[in-house]
Amino acid sequence: MTRLLPFPIVSVCLLALWLLLNQAVSFGHILLGCVVALVGGRILTVLELPPVRVRRPGVILRLLGLVTMDIVRSNLAVGRIVLGFGRRQRRPGFVEIPLDIRNPYGLASLACIITSTPGTLWVNFDAQRGALTIHVLDLVDEEEWVRTIRDRYERHLLEIFE
Amino acid sequence: MKGIEHLPPWAAVLTAVFLLTGAAVTLIGSLGLLRLGTFYERVHAPTLGTTLGTVFIAAASMICFSVLQTRAVLHEILIVVLGIVTTPIALTILVGAARFRDTAERAQPAEPQDK
Repeated sequence: MTRLLPFPIVSVCLLALWLLLNQAVSFGHILLGCVVALVGGRILTVLELPPVRVRRPGVILRLLGLVTMDIVRSNLAVGRIVLGFGRRQRRPGFVEIPLDIRNPYGLASLACIITSTPGTLWVNFDAQRGALTIHVLDLVDEEEWVRTIRDRYERHLLEIFE
Repeated sequence: MKGIEHLPPWAAVLTAVFLLTGAAVTLIGSLGLLRLGTFYERVHAPTLGTTLGTVFIAAASMICFSVLQTRAVLHEILIVVLGIVTTPIALTILVGAARFRDTAERAQPAEPQDK
């Protein structure tokens, strides 16, 4: 954004991190936290990262809600598989999903979402073809996974980051 | 801060339920490491512990210490957030390594056994 605050979101997160870690919201800690946030933001410029542009906070909240729901649901599903309930033939496998999203931050968020959800795993992203490979623990219908990732997550991430 | 014996019953019950649920979820995830067959399947199992397991245990800790210290103790949120953000990195690197090994083994014919 500016020379003083090149990564405003990172700086705000660092300040929040500092205050939470010290469990205090006194003037002194806010001052120290601001120093940490400013210095941390400046250090990141060394990495020459592309600038972050985040839009539509409402969509972020909706996506967070969706992801939380999916994490709970797939926790139950994977727990059932591990304990061996419902013994039908389970077929793990790889699914290739064509993606439109190219923003590195969007892709990183998608990686976090897919890997945090038990049962799906980010394997590889081919940037040239825009093809994402994921591994699914209980693969019933490949088309359904392509639809889930594209409609549930990618559409929201595109709105947020691009 | 007051001792654990000053915890009111409702908070004690809530803490115990969350703690046991979190521990059970993490245990099931760790069991998955034992029970599932291939490497790619096994990598799925620990995510149970890093997501719901951690959330439940952190919630138990927040309830217990917030009640005992009669103020909001929230820094457990950091454990949950940082855990969810960093686990994918480790898992993706592990899976990448496994894939690299698989493709290398497939490209190279197996070494002759008798030397």
